[in-house]
Amino acid sequence: MAKTKLDRAGGGALETGRASGSASRRAFIGVFGGPLVFWQGLFFVAPLIFMFVMTFWAVRNYQLSADFTLANWQAILAADYAWDAYLRSALGAGLAAGIATVVAFPCAYYLGLKTTPRVRILGACLIMAPFFTSFLVRTYTWRTMLGDEGVLNAMLGWLGLGPFQMINNLFGSVVGYLTLVMPLVLLLQLFSISGIDRRLIEAAHNLGCNPFQTVFRVIIPGARNGIVLAATFAFVLSFGDLISPQVLGGSNPPTLSILIVDQVRGGLQWPRASVIAVMMVVTLGVLVSLAMAFVYGGSTKRAKRA
Amino acid sequence: MRFLLRFYVAIVFVFIFAPIVVSFVFSFSENRFPTLPLTAFSTIWYEKVLAEPVFLESFRRSLIVASVTSVLSTFIGFGAAYMDYRYRFFGQKFYVAIGMIPPMIPVLILGVAMLIFLSQVGLSGGLHSVIIAHVVLCTPFAMALVRLKLSQMPDNLEAAAWNLGANEWRSMRMVVVPFCWPAILAAIFITAAISLDEFAIAWFVSGLEETLPVRVLNLVARQSSPSVNAIGSFTFTLSLTLVVLAQVVLVANQRRGEKKA
Repeated sequence: MAKTKLDRAGGGALETGRASGSASRRAFIGVFGGPLVFWQGLFFVAPLIFMFVMTFWAVRNYQLSADFTLANWQAILAADYAWDAYLRSALGAGLAAGIATVVAFPCAYYLGLKTTPRVRILGACLIMAPFFTSFLVRTYTWRTMLGDEGVLNAMLGWLGLGPFQMINNLFGSVVGYLTLVMPLVLLLQLFSISGIDRRLIEAAHNLGCNPFQTVFRVIIPGARNGIVLAATFAFVLSFGDLISPQVLGGSNPPTLSILIVDQVRGGLQWPRASVIAVMMVVTLGVLVSLAMAFVYGGSTKRAKRA
Repeated sequence: MRFLLRFYVAIVFVFIFAPIVVSFVFSFSENRFPTLPLTAFSTIWYEKVLAEPVFLESFRRSLIVASVTSVLSTFIGFGAAYMDYRYRFFGQKFYVAIGMIPPMIPVLILGVAMLIFLSQVGLSGGLHSVIIAHVVLCTPFAMALVRLKLSQMPDNLEAAAWNLGANEWRSMRMVVVPFCWPAILAAIFITAAISLDEFAIAWFVSGLEETLPVRVLNLVARQSSPSVNAIGSFTFTLSLTLVVLAQVVLVANQRRGEKKA
């Protein structure tokens, strides 16, 4: 092996390598660098652009036809049900992001700072396990557990409580969203909390902070970026989720995601579905940009101060 | 105080794992409706699933989609990661961005966009449509895994190959691919696991060629069926096997590297 390489080097392969360089190198870059541009350009960027174009198309006699009409935008933006759905989606996603952030934090705090490395790694592995289970099956199981005859109401019944209605309402949807986002939020918070400089925490202790003061003055500011990013991800995922409102929320009244599916299913209203989808993309785009500006703007300010 | 905190952590983990464990337990329960107390142990739901040709057919489709997707997206992701690692070029940020953004767009919206686009160009309604969409979704994961591995590659490794007279192709084959091999294998397993579980995009574009998760989605939407638990436990085991395989490959390789060093 080593010998052949030496032989090649001795045989002036260096020059041949250079000489055949430009054509061979172009082919090389084409073979390894090209596929991404081809595939994501054709099947990711183009469909998104085309979806925007589609919002100006018309549907005549159940046939799509290329057009430039604002009718779809007017129809959706003037419809109360669409704005109700928008608010419902935003409310559900906001609740999910808020609850997940607050509930996950003590957990991430414990795993990140208050336990041994071995437990921390075990915890992180456990948190990752749900990513590889079917979200669909998990929501389905929640439905059977939270139903009127379900396991949870049966247990509450032994205590003389209930039965409570826990599915086909906002509560059900939020349980679904939390099932979707909790592992991710917990994991991102855990990463950012474990990254905090331990000396800062010790310093806070030495300066007489009690544990609560340490959490609010050192740990939350230190993990701020991770916490904000995790909450943003949670909102994005819940806002676009179709399964929770469908399986656990009862799908009526609809969220934006359910409206999209209805428009696509119910007779080729693709232009209107596209309008709703574009509204969602714009909302999420603005939200993510704000979060990024908050995270990066904040860190440059801090860097300047330092 | 510390006890309280531990108790709290336990409750959060119960919330995360309750649906997984309960689904697993009830997949072995004889009762049609999952209620307490548990009824007799039985494998009836697994037998039912295996006896239905529809499920086996949809599982076969899922396997086809997952294997083609994993190979394609790993190749594209590998090439893109290497470009980002080796070269500095105009528009590099944009290049990396179109590689990384797809998972940040809600799958529902990707699904609608794909359906509209693919049906305009006559590519919708088949397994190839699902493959096209899944490659878009999975490539970023492969790209990230390989890129991470490339950043651990010693700089002088490739330089040595060039000095010994290897051109790009040869150093790719003899240095880069062997070094990245564990990450490539891991990417194949992880992308296969993602593809096997994905239902939203597949639901939009698959037409009549239902994959297994789409089959489950239609089942869940209509009625309550314990077969869902059986399928869920089965696919969980499958995905977890893929992920554990990926982990084993990565860890084993790391150990070997440490010994060598």
